[in-house]
Amino acid sequence: MAYITRDILAQPTRMIWHQDTDIDDIDVIVIPGGFSYGDYLRCGAIAQFSPVMKSVLAHADRGKAILGICNGFQVLTELGLLPGALVRNRDLHFICDRATLKVERTDLPWTREYSKNEVVSIPIAHGEGCYYADVETLKQLEDNQQVVFRYCTETGDVNATGNPNGSLNNIAGICNPQGNILGMMPHPERAADPVLGSADGLKLFEGLLAISLA
Amino acid sequence: MTPFSPQEIASEGIKPEEYEEIVRRLGRHPNKAELGMFGVMWSEHCCYKNSRPLLKQFPTEGDRILVGPGENAGIVDFGDGFQVAFKIESHNHPSAIEPFQGAATGVGGILRDIFTMGARPIAVLNSLRFGNLEEARNRRIFMGVVEGISHYGNSFGVPTVGGEVYFDPAYTGNPLVNAMAIGLMETPEIVKSGASGVGNPVLYVGSTTGRDGMGGASFASAELSDESMDDRPAVQVGDPFLEKCLVEACLEAFKTGAVVAAQDMGAAGITCSTSEMAAKGGVGIELDLDKIPVRETGMVPYEYLLSESQERMLFVAQKGREQELLDIFHRWGLQAVVAGTVVAEPIVRILFKGEIAAEVPSTALADDTPIYHRELLAEPPEYATKAWSWTAESLPPCTAEGIEIGGTQRSWTEILLQLLDTPSIASKRWVYRQYDHQVQNNTVVVPGGADAAVVRLRPLEKAEGGNSSWNKGVAATVDCNSRYVYLDPYEGAKAVVAEAARNLSCVGAEPIAVTDNLNFGSPEKPIGYWQLASACRGISEACQEFQTPVTGGNVSLYNETLDSDGKPAPIYPTPVIGMVGIVEDLTRVCGQSWQQEGDTIYLLGLGVEISRVEPDLTSELRECGVTLGASEYLAALHGTVAGKPPRVDFYLERRVQEACREGIRRGWVKSAHDCAEGGLVVALAECCIGGEMGAEIDLGTPEIDRLDRALFGEGGARILVSIAPESVPEWEAYLTEQLGEHWHKIGDVGQQNGSLKVLLNNTPIIEASLADMGDRWHGAIERRLSGYK
Repeated sequence: MAYITRDILAQPTRMIWHQDTDIDDIDVIVIPGGFSYGDYLRCGAIAQFSPVMKSVLAHADRGKAILGICNGFQVLTELGLLPGALVRNRDLHFICDRATLKVERTDLPWTREYSKNEVVSIPIAHGEGCYYADVETLKQLEDNQQVVFRYCTETGDVNATGNPNGSLNNIAGICNPQGNILGMMPHPERAADPVLGSADGLKLFEGLLAISLA
Repeated sequence: MTPFSPQEIASEGIKPEEYEEIVRRLGRHPNKAELGMFGVMWSEHCCYKNSRPLLKQFPTEGDRILVGPGENAGIVDFGDGFQVAFKIESHNHPSAIEPFQGAATGVGGILRDIFTMGARPIAVLNSLRFGNLEEARNRRIFMGVVEGISHYGNSFGVPTVGGEVYFDPAYTGNPLVNAMAIGLMETPEIVKSGASGVGNPVLYVGSTTGRDGMGGASFASAELSDESMDDRPAVQVGDPFLEKCLVEACLEAFKTGAVVAAQDMGAAGITCSTSEMAAKGGVGIELDLDKIPVRETGMVPYEYLLSESQERMLFVAQKGREQELLDIFHRWGLQAVVAGTVVAEPIVRILFKGEIAAEVPSTALADDTPIYHRELLAEPPEYATKAWSWTAESLPPCTAEGIEIGGTQRSWTEILLQLLDTPSIASKRWVYRQYDHQVQNNTVVVPGGADAAVVRLRPLEKAEGGNSSWNKGVAATVDCNSRYVYLDPYEGAKAVVAEAARNLSCVGAEPIAVTDNLNFGSPEKPIGYWQLASACRGISEACQEFQTPVTGGNVSLYNETLDSDGKPAPIYPTPVIGMVGIVEDLTRVCGQSWQQEGDTIYLLGLGVEISRVEPDLTSELRECGVTLGASEYLAALHGTVAGKPPRVDFYLERRVQEACREGIRRGWVKSAHDCAEGGLVVALAECCIGGEMGAEIDLGTPEIDRLDRALFGEGGARILVSIAPESVPEWEAYLTEQLGEHWHKIGDVGQQNGSLKVLLNNTPIIEASLADMGDRWHGAIERRLSGYK
């Protein structure tokens, strides 16, 4: 992740220690993928209690940008910054693959460089990436257009075939009502370096930068 | 009077004559703790007492070799300041008993070997063997092993980028789990394991010590039996998150320059690390067990010394700088204590509750250990000579329509589809999809896409004012066709090395060095030793021929299961070769799949015509040809494991591989795939499936003996490549110069979702649709697993 923001996008990038509390200098917080504290209990369940998380909540309150990728998305749901939960994949196995996603909204800083309904290929790598929420929450998400990315087939059909992990409504990524917090299971940073074969994820970061730098 | 009964001695894995030797070395009888220390350190796993004389013949030196055998991992120079550490290790017996933790801690162990040297792990590969998936026990082991590897590697954050998986009844109950790790040196100096500096403190860091994994090294050096299930405490439990913290803390600690030496605690835990560090440094170590952080109470010295609790390391630090190091580990939430001192006297002295609990000369444990020079069979054993007497003439006759097998007429297309449905040949997507193969953002070729994995070399920290475009890579492969080795250990082992080099060449990488994992049966049996010795001779010769020195590895013997009648059933001898190669330009890397309709397809190496059988040629030379001996076709279709495996022609191999690499470097070659199990036609089918494009193949009108040999025969140093039409003149001119007659234009890439059509003597022999081929190949493993859910 740091490689993309620091080396590919040439942005000042600071790694934040889990016990840090002073992060006022940060414009965009990225909670990256991984296995926080080993995730032996439930993904993100321990990370929500990291000392740094109080500062993350304050950062969110001020309307500043937060991106949670994979484990970061799980942490954001555990923190309550995003609704719903991520549970075991439909077939109970970890999945590492390239998923095709449909971009549902392009009016967010995160997605303004994409076109509406664009189908992009972004890697996924998770064991607990099946998005779940109760009926009411799901309805609110849809009504507020908080679903940002949906799993789909290569031809852009949002159906069971295009759904790798059983996520409800094929949800791959959601934002909060204000749009400053984005959580997604796929890894845009793994599709942001042409040497590795795909740059479909780079636009997500570029869109955000275009806004911040403007 | 011996203080131990013969049973007590035997239970430590010590033979009566070895016990006498211990008494002679000590000048007294050992106590219980010391006996346990000798037991683990004199096990094959730790001291190679059976294999050492054989391993000596391996070539170990070369211009690029920075660290050869003897350290935690080998290190090679990749140029431009890149130094690559790599090593392979087995965790076969633990995986047989507890597949998930057995495999998981196997990954954990090999990762520690890498970062103990100061290198950051950047990739893992696996070589796995299981019994047939039709048996429930094998399915359980297979699924558990894959999940264990996935659990540890994914959580630690290292991509599992490649490997191989075979299924054969020979591995029922004794699976093979070999894990290879690759690391990029991150510290300015390579960290070695020899202790030095009398008075320097000895630090224990990482996790706590408990009773888990007691005596795992001895356990790994004995046959498995029905009672082995009772040895479950000998299997360790891994904590990948703790190891992730450990790698960060270790690399940070090494960068301070305050660490004199480091050794990971793997097999035989504290015993092994203290005695090896002391013996290598020619000094002694005094260690106080009361200082060791524990996870349970009431442990006795024997248990401390033999525990194989995971994620622990031993450091020798510069005197006066220990606190600096302890602080780093504590910041990462890890245990770290000063537990001992380097002493001048070359002994390992263990203190417990203020008294000496054990005191043994360190070289007696780690250096000057027993060696068994065994008698090599003067003649090949009967099973081999019997198998060699097989000839293809015993098979039913072939026609253009097919062959009658067991009373059923089978077409060549049906046979191709059946081979694609063989789990050993079929897609391993079910396996690698569970491994995070892209974490760290350097995976250039994902699993399933090419004959070898390719990972970009990129330091974690951006160099001062340096460039940020990293264009150099490491290619890696693990290989072993164990049926070849079983049927002819010497020739088979050569073929294994040749295939590894060929696989690297197919992605465009220059083969550099080897790490080997020798998985064999009992060396105490004449056939087992003959297999081991012959295979070592083959590896040695082949590594010399390819100029790929061996930088270390692992030996796993006694891979035999005793059935309930007490009859030993050895595995196929399986010398797994892990090979690394340099990719100078990551933009010139090749996959195995067809790229473009209309591209021209070439077969490099031997063609389909029968090798000229001149009466004056010796039979040995004739065997260099493409053969059905030891082939997958023979085993899968005719149920026959016999014949001689194809013999390696080193000269041809090197020329073909060089041609392939040069073609990729020049940008002529758009896809490259070696012909392995299943021969030419299976390789063609794999190129089609990967590219989702058909192919029109015309094999001409060659003189052939049997159609099945022409289609499915193996060997012949073969690589299939596809070339864009505009490059054809240059490419062919180059081939004529480089390979003489050993190249063949055999057809064109067909249309998307078309079919594979093979013509021979102007007669259609095979026509298989992409849908049919893809269905068999993609679903073979999943179908066998889901059918029983």
